[in-house]
Amino acid sequence: MLLELEARAEPSRLMAYLSPLLAVVLTLIGGLIVFAALGKDPLQGFQVFFLNPVKDAYGISELLLKATPLMLIAVGLAVGFRANVWNIGAEGQYIVGAAAASGLALYFVESESAMLLPAMVIAGAVGGAAWASIPAFLRTRFNANEILTSLMLVYIAQLGVSWLVHGPWKDPDGFNFPQSQMFGDSALLPMLVEGTRLNFAFVMALGLLAAGYIFMQRSFLGFQMRVSGQASAAARYAGFSASRTIWIGLLAGGAAAGIAGMGEVAGPMGQLTEHVASNYGFAAIIVAFIGRLNPVGIFFGSLLMALLYLGGEQAQQYLNLPSSISKVFQGMLLFFLLGADVFIHYRLRLAGKKS
Amino acid sequence: MTTRRSVIKSLAMLIGAAALPLAMHGAQAADPLNIGYVYVSPIGDAGWTFQHDQGRQQMEAALNGKITTKAVENVAEGSDAERVIREFAASGHKLVFTTSFGYMNYTERVAKQFPKTVFLHATGYKMGKNMGIYNARFYEGRYLTGVIAGKMSKSNVLGYVAAFPIPEVLQGINAFALGARSVNPNAEVRVIWVNSWFDPGKEREAATTLISQGADMITHHTDSTAVVQAAEEKGVHAFGYHSDMSKYGARAHLTATTHQWGDFYTRTAQAVLDGTWKPGSVWGGHKEGMIKLAPLNPAIPADTVAKVHELEAGLTAGTFHPFTGPVVDQDGKQRLAAGAVMDDATLGKMDYFVQGVASRLPKN
Repeated sequence: MLLELEARAEPSRLMAYLSPLLAVVLTLIGGLIVFAALGKDPLQGFQVFFLNPVKDAYGISELLLKATPLMLIAVGLAVGFRANVWNIGAEGQYIVGAAAASGLALYFVESESAMLLPAMVIAGAVGGAAWASIPAFLRTRFNANEILTSLMLVYIAQLGVSWLVHGPWKDPDGFNFPQSQMFGDSALLPMLVEGTRLNFAFVMALGLLAAGYIFMQRSFLGFQMRVSGQASAAARYAGFSASRTIWIGLLAGGAAAGIAGMGEVAGPMGQLTEHVASNYGFAAIIVAFIGRLNPVGIFFGSLLMALLYLGGEQAQQYLNLPSSISKVFQGMLLFFLLGADVFIHYRLRLAGKKS
Repeated sequence: MTTRRSVIKSLAMLIGAAALPLAMHGAQAADPLNIGYVYVSPIGDAGWTFQHDQGRQQMEAALNGKITTKAVENVAEGSDAERVIREFAASGHKLVFTTSFGYMNYTERVAKQFPKTVFLHATGYKMGKNMGIYNARFYEGRYLTGVIAGKMSKSNVLGYVAAFPIPEVLQGINAFALGARSVNPNAEVRVIWVNSWFDPGKEREAATTLISQGADMITHHTDSTAVVQAAEEKGVHAFGYHSDMSKYGARAHLTATTHQWGDFYTRTAQAVLDGTWKPGSVWGGHKEGMIKLAPLNPAIPADTVAKVHELEAGLTAGTFHPFTGPVVDQDGKQRLAAGAVMDDATLGKMDYFVQGVASRLPKN
């Protein structure tokens, strides 16, 4: 018996929005089975993984903290992804943004100016955008594939930051360990809730989500970019510039990732180290797709992704499960989402039968 | 439809049945001391984290019933670490070990929030009222392996694959060179930096390069077993690090500088149980049982074995220190006068290669 995928004449719009929810439900069920297969009580596993991390106000603040860089990066990526501009290197843009903001913080380490933080935000955005401008230039000038160039620039950014903290930016009082000085107080983002680590970066993320919504859904430029993504021939015919689409798509992703990097060094880290990159740039790609490239969806997608990270930590602490459990859940989520999407656009039928 | 419904029904039954044994565990007789461990990499079966986990298990066996332990592996040295450390403290763990340098500032912050929990941070330098630090004198083992390498090398070229030029790594390279030179004035150490603590591909490549430059004894200050495996394939000898790595190259592996944390963990937990724990800095070597050579390969000649045992005895008794003057750096500058013993503060600032290391330090 052979099965065939047959394209649906009209993909369901409703299901396009429901498929992330379906993927979540299937992931939960898959999770229960994984817990059972590992010899753990599935309900207890569920409780530890999904409920324990948010059992109190502090837990929720940590969830929002973890989700903040994901939101920032994902909304920036969505601008490009909608136009079929595949920026895979947000991780590198995040690192360069973090380094640029750190540069200011370290240069003005004694400063008490209230302008330092805004300047760091701008430095982060400019740094990230500058890093993203390299693949944009290579794509528009030489037609080099931005998937490859942006990804390879991630490794260059990582080595660059490693060089900085081992070299010129090494803390002079740090016993030669690879880390920068701790930032001064005026270079640290203010806390939103006393006693937690949730800081102003979360507000910036919400602001950027709103800005992203207006740009993508309400502006003419956003419309042009969407058309370029969905029907490039139509866009050309309408006179929309393809290279402008590429530039905007990459710069938006780079700037947003750079701000996220700034939020990490000026937030929970308080210094620059080699460990500034925590795979946010790659995880945000999953978030962008779970959120249907829509700012509202990205908001919830980030929370879900953050919960998977926190749950994975708790599953280790309370259930003695290995650390890879988080990745198993992330993988299941993306797998079910892509699987559901296949069935939105195609139906399964037996080979040879006429429908 | 019926099939689907019955699947759902049986799934529900499965979940329900599994939920039955959810009965809460009763409280233990005397409240045990809960101990948390934060590991930087997966535990695996050799390496830095593996040795810490061996120590944890040894402590668990020694203090059976008096303590419980939990470990979280693969915690990145970024801001996530603070959440994991805090969760241990918030959930009633009264002793928390954070086993990598990058956890320092996060451990310090959590320690301030939980003054009644004891925190021990490995390899850092910040202390507090309830935060101590600990580390091992890795260089002691390095000196011993250097002696073996110097004695056994035919090419007089010794290879060293290293991560980053920080004092801890430089101490190891210099001790290795001093050990080799003490028995073979013609020996020279060549170093390749891989700029990563764990990158089997690069470590292997570096090892192969060193071997092609004539090195017939190689060792590494990185986290994987790639260097030992490369030596086994290329027919040269290697010294493992962190763990006994003989199973990755039974012929090549002469011995290894191994970290032994178990006794230290047991002592610390006992002190916390007794209420006698005091913050401080522990930097232990052979004397404290924190550094030990792995079993010596039978290929090592008997006179060399005797020499190593003699030096081990000296280290254990405290009568021998690898950094005993004169220590002269590469450029001929005397760093330590003849007969003097290098103090810990000076060791902690080491930023040069000694004579006998042929490579130059990367300039910043």
